[in-house]
Amino acid sequence: MSGNMNLTLKVWRQKNSNAKGELVDFKVNDISPDMSFLEMFDVLNERLVSENTDPIAFDHDCREGICGMCSMFIDGRPHGPKDGITTCQLHMRSFKDGDTITVEPWRAQAFPVIKDLVVDRTAFDRIIAAGGYISVNTGNAQDANCLPISKDNADESFAAAACIGCGACVATCKNASAMLFVSAKVSQLALLPQGEPEKQSRVLNMVAQMDAEGFGSCTNTGACEAECPKGISLSNIARMNREYLGAQFCSEK
Amino acid sequence: MSKLDAKIPEGQLETKWTKYKSSVPLVNPSNKRNLEIVIVGSGLAGASAAAALAELGYKVKVFCFQDSPRRAHSIAAQGGINAAKNYQNDGDSIYRLFYDTIKGGDYRAREGNVHRLSEVSGNIIDQCVAQGVPFAREYGGLLSNRSFGGTQVQRTFYAAGQTGQQLLLGAYSALERQIGMGAVEMFNRHEMLEVVMIDGKARGIIARDLITGKLERHFGHAVLLCTGGYGNVFYLSTNAMGSNATAVWKAHKQGAFFGNPCFTQIHPTCIPVSGDHQSKLTLMSESLRNDGRIWVPKKKDETRKAVDIPEEERDYYLERRYPAFGNLVPRDVASRAAKERCDAGHGVGTSRMAVYLDFTFNMDRYGKIEATKKGIHNADAATIRALGKDVITEKYGNLFDMYKQITGEDPYQMPMRIYPAVHYTMGGLWVDYNLMTTIPGLYALGEANFSDHGANRLGASALMQGLADGYFVIPYTIGSYLSKEISVKSIPTSHEAFVAAENKVQNDIDKFFNIKGTKSVDHFHKRLGKIMWEKCGMARNEKGLKEAIEEIRALRAEFWKDLRVTGEANEFNPELEKAGRVADFLELGELMCKDALNRNESCGGHFREEYQTEEGEANRDDDNFAFVAAWEYKGDNNFEMHKEELKYENIKIAQRSYK
Repeated sequence: MSGNMNLTLKVWRQKNSNAKGELVDFKVNDISPDMSFLEMFDVLNERLVSENTDPIAFDHDCREGICGMCSMFIDGRPHGPKDGITTCQLHMRSFKDGDTITVEPWRAQAFPVIKDLVVDRTAFDRIIAAGGYISVNTGNAQDANCLPISKDNADESFAAAACIGCGACVATCKNASAMLFVSAKVSQLALLPQGEPEKQSRVLNMVAQMDAEGFGSCTNTGACEAECPKGISLSNIARMNREYLGAQFCSEK
Repeated sequence: MSKLDAKIPEGQLETKWTKYKSSVPLVNPSNKRNLEIVIVGSGLAGASAAAALAELGYKVKVFCFQDSPRRAHSIAAQGGINAAKNYQNDGDSIYRLFYDTIKGGDYRAREGNVHRLSEVSGNIIDQCVAQGVPFAREYGGLLSNRSFGGTQVQRTFYAAGQTGQQLLLGAYSALERQIGMGAVEMFNRHEMLEVVMIDGKARGIIARDLITGKLERHFGHAVLLCTGGYGNVFYLSTNAMGSNATAVWKAHKQGAFFGNPCFTQIHPTCIPVSGDHQSKLTLMSESLRNDGRIWVPKKKDETRKAVDIPEEERDYYLERRYPAFGNLVPRDVASRAAKERCDAGHGVGTSRMAVYLDFTFNMDRYGKIEATKKGIHNADAATIRALGKDVITEKYGNLFDMYKQITGEDPYQMPMRIYPAVHYTMGGLWVDYNLMTTIPGLYALGEANFSDHGANRLGASALMQGLADGYFVIPYTIGSYLSKEISVKSIPTSHEAFVAAENKVQNDIDKFFNIKGTKSVDHFHKRLGKIMWEKCGMARNEKGLKEAIEEIRALRAEFWKDLRVTGEANEFNPELEKAGRVADFLELGELMCKDALNRNESCGGHFREEYQTEEGEANRDDDNFAFVAAWEYKGDNNFEMHKEELKYENIKIAQRSYK
């Protein structure tokens, strides 16, 4: 079932991390408004293969907004023009026939381009490895209901834990800061009694790793919160700053 | 037949695991440090196994094709995870979870494995809470539960509609902790393309670095495949785009038997297909059936909008046919019932291939309760609806948003339209009680193995099984193999077996580029999916399956003649990745049809039209088919079936009834 939208895409093409990239124009025709944005790319790539041209590389996997893999910077906004969704959940009904759409990869020093729209986000993994966990070996746990946790704290912790690690916050930030991502994990664990024993070392180590990865500073612009597909709140950054200051004053290390 | 030894421990069902755990050989800590384990896949099974084994001191390498282990498709599981905690005081027990799982699987799963799964289910919840997984809680601070299909108790733990995400992030954080400590070496964007066999044992893998295209050799004293299911054989499924069967299929061709390949789960509540461009299907969690009522118009070819159809002209067919379980019948039953109504002309939506999932009844019920709580007497309908809406939003908000985004319709205002879609594969590599395949040293965990769900998996049991295998089973059972391997030194990857395996992979890759045909990988994948869905999907028959086998063979021949893979081998090349996966699907699809053709009965998700009761229910044949079909690869797409008889000593085998 093809549709009736004709569009012009300006897509970032870059052969590999060492090559110089550029925006390349593509016309796509007969697009259905029911297609997802990535399905529109599928249609384009299918055509490029038929023309014996290298298709456009882009990251994607679950296509239901939860894995965090898709990462397109569309008309100057991560995940495109609509709030609260990832690229894979964006549908062509959000565009008009005749539109010109610019699609770029995430731009940040800490997220180098691998190819076309694909970037390397392993810096996020290294930040988690630096302290984004509770040190509990398998089999040590007590009965789950021995530790009541107030519903409010559990809910707030869950809201922070909803982060999908896509990196939109970094991509949209003029400083390429990862504060929203890091603070979401710090908050999730700081709000729970299980996270208490390691709270100081956690925030200090995670922030140190974040700095080492080359992410920028936070200047409280709030673009990260506005563009986050999962609605992660800026208040997490405030909480992390409190945790960090507290840890700096109190830490005995 | 003699080839299969499931190694189920002797003794009483309730004490098998406890006794076995206490007697399985151990590996002392200084020897663990010298034993290397390769784990492929970083979902719930892979991440939990990696963390647990690294905590024990083994040297672990983990591989995933995504850019981070946190992306594995376990992340998309929505509804919840079962555990026999009986926190709700509603009569749950380890035995009941065991019983429900065996019955839900239509008596085609192993008693010993399933009982063990039930026994460790409670430990999983404890472990996850200790890791900081933010499960839903009640106001008193204790954990909340809900119901899932095929059960009459509330034993499902959840985190809104994002339970898989939260559990995976818990396992991922445990894995990252081990990575940070140097106990696990992580290989993102790597795809396993071969198992390396030395002297009849699995001794490592060949993996392709997906960024550089370089082939790498990795040694392991043991190899664990935690690579999920093969639902993407159907092209359209709820699986992630990258989910694939390549690792298990390569293992199968090296000698690992494939168990019950035809057992596929079609999930009843997915967003219907909207057009040919569709690349995947999106699930609407089974948990929605707690509060959503499923119906179709009584009148055929109804044209009125859902809201304009009066109550008495609606057919709540699940409540009508299955009064005891109602909307919460197991998935296979609910899917077939939806297909039956649509085929009979009662389907809704533009395609007429959908049924309604309606929340208004329970929205109003919750609204009244909330109004009473707030002391609002004689609340008007609008107030009640608004209060009820808030309750529904808290429970399922993200699912409602997702639905609206995909369909452009507001499910708070009108019922959802849903239709069954491929979701999960109960079949997988055959494993014994230790989770070892028929290849010594090669294990399969989670959805990649066949063992626990029989012919149909109950909702909220996949997460349970993945984490059970990884956290609480493999750390013990791997000892029975590795305790005999302590004197084996790391084998250098210059060994001829590694060289030969790498050459074979390189040849396979070259072959793709040498075809120089005209059709894309997706072109073939879509055609395969169509054959599988139409002839090996929700309903199957002898004629269709025989046709499917011929069609798949023809398609495979065409694939190898007319495929076009663009780009080069030594670069980031998604087309090449897809080509390898689809080549394997084209072989696996044929085996699925063969298995379905061989199983002359209906059970669980396997519905053969020739074998149904007068009421249209699955007609199982326990006299002739109470066995696991384990297929051995004999080269050139020839397969030989071996039977593992299933013995039920603790459950009275009966026709499954949810009426």
